[in-house]
Amino acid sequence: MTDMDLVNAVSEGRPRRSWTFTIGAVIVGLHLLVGLSTLFWTPYDPSAMSGGRLEVPSFEHLAGTDRLGRDLFTLIMIGSRIALTVGIGAVIIGGLIGITIGLIAAFASKTLDDMLAAGLDILIAFPTLLLAMLIVASSEGASLGTAIIAIGIANSAIVARLTRILAKRVLAMDYITASRISGTTWLGVVIIHILPNIWPTLLVNLALQFGLAVIAEASLSYLGLGAPPPNASWGRLLQEAQGTVYSAPFGAIAPGIALVSLVIGINLLADGLRDIADPTRRRRS
Amino acid sequence: MSPLLDIEGLSIHAGGKALLSNVSFSILPGERLGLIGESGSGKSLTALAAIGLLADGLRPSGSILLDGKQVIGARDRDLVPLRGAVAAVVFQEPLTALDPLMKIGRQVGEAVRRRARRDGGATDATSVMSEVLDLLDQVALPQPQRIAESWPHEISGGQRQRAAIAMALACKPKLLIADEPTTALDVTTQAEILKLLGQLVRERNMALLFISHDLPVVAGAVDRVVVLRHGRIVEHGPVASVFRQPIHEYTQSLVAAARAFDNALEIAP
Repeated sequence: MTDMDLVNAVSEGRPRRSWTFTIGAVIVGLHLLVGLSTLFWTPYDPSAMSGGRLEVPSFEHLAGTDRLGRDLFTLIMIGSRIALTVGIGAVIIGGLIGITIGLIAAFASKTLDDMLAAGLDILIAFPTLLLAMLIVASSEGASLGTAIIAIGIANSAIVARLTRILAKRVLAMDYITASRISGTTWLGVVIIHILPNIWPTLLVNLALQFGLAVIAEASLSYLGLGAPPPNASWGRLLQEAQGTVYSAPFGAIAPGIALVSLVIGINLLADGLRDIADPTRRRRS
Repeated sequence: MSPLLDIEGLSIHAGGKALLSNVSFSILPGERLGLIGESGSGKSLTALAAIGLLADGLRPSGSILLDGKQVIGARDRDLVPLRGAVAAVVFQEPLTALDPLMKIGRQVGEAVRRRARRDGGATDATSVMSEVLDLLDQVALPQPQRIAESWPHEISGGQRQRAAIAMALACKPKLLIADEPTTALDVTTQAEILKLLGQLVRERNMALLFISHDLPVVAGAVDRVVVLRHGRIVEHGPVASVFRQPIHEYTQSLVAAARAFDNALEIAP
């Protein structure tokens, strides 16, 4: 095959969506749809006793009821909204802080870069949850906002370190020098070359951070440091179901399934996104 | 005529070690100068220093006048307008010289747009695109339209190098710095690229700083040569006389090696 044949073959084939992207998008989309719908409608009033205590799943109560007789499916639906809010918020905060610090470190003089790198290493050495707990504990009471900020800051260190190393690798390329020679400013280099080149890897990492943020939020509210009642976070549902896990296991299984499905969905989506964002990974047929 | 690039007593130190010492040469507008030497002799370093793009740990001293402006000690902000307008570079490795995530057309287009903004030309998509296609055509790329819509990994090494040359040309520089532009290419492609470079430089009356370790390649491409060894100039003069009667023993050994290789080729069946 000559080069031109290859060019023809490639440019005629459309980029394919991978199955991971489709499945991930469906799962995350479902959670998003359910989460958003709870703003307008839920099957039952989330704080009202709508049935007997600890009922098993039935057509009236798809996931059974909790020990106060509230409909678990309703609570899990609201949990979707809270998990997504915290996930998105934490990724935006972590991404903005992390990418900014990472880029500064990549461009900085050696001294500043070393200082930033050491600071990030110290931050990363703290377990995310511990760091989030510290931030929540040092603020005025736990709320959805403190959980988002805490998890976001905890995540930003990893994003920053990744951004720094990815940006440094791109900076060493000849096309950056060529671009600089033709008169591009540093900001131009970042926007035109560095961000597009590190974006696919960064995107996958941010999605991973999204999944971790969802888990971190569940952990925080399991410990009573997340969104306070009446916000029905999955972590709190798990914690409430703990006492009755042997007599009514579905109270713990149902929020668990919701949590795991969202995290898996996000990771699949990220994997598919990477294939789409990076032209060199597109299939050539 | 004042020189386009005037390097005087240039030394570069890294951590107390001299990588380049007391290098001086100048290039007049339209002149073609070859910088030759083995790897590590400081060829590429000289080129990077000339446009003020040395890595952080490297400290240059001496004087570099690029189009009459002092490069050493200048702030990056003041160098930005100088680069591109005065000098553009074609690199050794065509794979890393192009952004892998940008189609060729957009990549050349960026350079065209920057030039247009600098000169106050039209920056709308249509006129930029037509100039891109024109440039791709000038570097003898087949089917410019198709190449413009290709990703760098979809075209061959020689085509990539032509695209890189098109990007350099888009700046309309007075001086083209070619840093071993043919080293990564096979012999046939190498000859084509050399021919193209020679023709473009002549047509546009650009000055050329040609960096190579390959004597025969340099001999055909330039008027004068500077021979570098261990960061020092060992010989300097018109290409014909340096190659016919090399004075320094290092140049003599280079020429002898090239001749021995030629002879071996002729003797071989």
